[in-house]
Amino acid sequence: MSEVQDTTASLFDQLGGAAAVEAAVDIFYRKVLSDYRINRFFDNSDMEKQAAKQKAFLTMAFGGPNNYSGKDMRDAHAKFVKMGLNASHFDIVMEHLTATLVELNVPPALIAQVAAIAESARDDVLGK
Amino acid sequence: MSKLTLNGTSFVNLANETVLDTLLRENIQIPNGCHQGICQACLMRSVDTPPPVSAQVGLNPTLQKQNYFLACICHPEHDMTLTLSEQQAVFITARVLQKQLLTTDIMRVVVECDTKITFLAGQFVNVLRHDGLIRSYSIANRPQADNRLEFHIRRLPNGQFSSWIHDELAVGSILTLTEPQGSCHYLIDSKTQPLMLIGTGSGLAPLHGIIRDALEQQHSADIHLFHGSRHHEGLYLVDEMRELATKYSNFYYTPCLSGDNVVPDTVRGRAHDVALSSIQTLKGWKIYLCGHADMVNDSKRMAYLKGVALRDIHAEAFYLAE
Repeated sequence: MSEVQDTTASLFDQLGGAAAVEAAVDIFYRKVLSDYRINRFFDNSDMEKQAAKQKAFLTMAFGGPNNYSGKDMRDAHAKFVKMGLNASHFDIVMEHLTATLVELNVPPALIAQVAAIAESARDDVLGK
Repeated sequence: MSKLTLNGTSFVNLANETVLDTLLRENIQIPNGCHQGICQACLMRSVDTPPPVSAQVGLNPTLQKQNYFLACICHPEHDMTLTLSEQQAVFITARVLQKQLLTTDIMRVVVECDTKITFLAGQFVNVLRHDGLIRSYSIANRPQADNRLEFHIRRLPNGQFSSWIHDELAVGSILTLTEPQGSCHYLIDSKTQPLMLIGTGSGLAPLHGIIRDALEQQHSADIHLFHGSRHHEGLYLVDEMRELATKYSNFYYTPCLSGDNVVPDTVRGRAHDVALSSIQTLKGWKIYLCGHADMVNDSKRMAYLKGVALRDIHAEAFYLAE
């Protein structure tokens, strides 16, 4: 009779959906921009556009609906790779992502899932 | 079933279709992405009826108030006339009532619109000259029943349009305007948030409107205005601002001069440097920026790093077109 209901909410829903992305972007992007080790990759750029990109990235990492394309990610970061973008910078961004989620009281198990998704973009970002 | 009208053509919104579904089915090119109300690529505006609230989730309050919505999550409840952001051109005619020099190069121009005009203090209109030349100017007053708009228009070196306004536009002549737009305006639900307003030159115009509006609506938190100019002659409405600061205990006015001269009752330095170094943390503040594009972009970043939330940064950058 009844349809089988999926009782496990998606990662995106467990995190709080779009509202959670919104809250996280504000904290995450501020951390990134304040960090002298990586903020040169963000200089001279339109802040709203940058924030929108971070939002797209976080939506993806939160398991939300996205248009993630490895090729776009590669193309977008190619000029930064030329400027010296490497694994250490990616690690720093990952640290800020984790710290943001801790600040928002996200449970460790969910943080691990988000980190794993974000980690999947590493090779594209670094042009490997 | 609702009827959707875009650029004069109507389409039928079928049961269970979103606005985006209908338009894409009709082969109308609309930017779109996630189809779930997240990416905001399909931002549109309803010109007549307010869109369903559920289609405005995640938009900033300014856009919500102006009936912007996301086409991909909008199931229309009524017929709607749509526009892609900012593309509609509804023209308004207005008569020039007054011209008055505020500084050597900034002219106050007051016009009276022929029809009832709705706007939010801080928005701007495009002004059209008979030959088709267009410029955007911020509205400097707050809405009242008199249908008047006030502008502060700076004469730019070799500025075709601004020179025409300063030298040729006569009191009594008719101007053509587009309807007010822009998201740099006062929001009543920010009543308890401290406000910081930073303007350079004629960037004071929209801030003047916003301040008047906020005070009129009994804004309860502090309001700090920093107006900057290179030279003393570039500051204007100084007396009016000082009077307001005396009258309202929550309004603070700081005129700033970035040039070399030391002038009593002004602070030396660039307005945004003075403003942003005056307060340690700006968490919970709302900030309005208006003036030179470099100042606006620098200030956005500085304010954000000092804790202002992205949604609380409102800006109007002046890019010189002339």
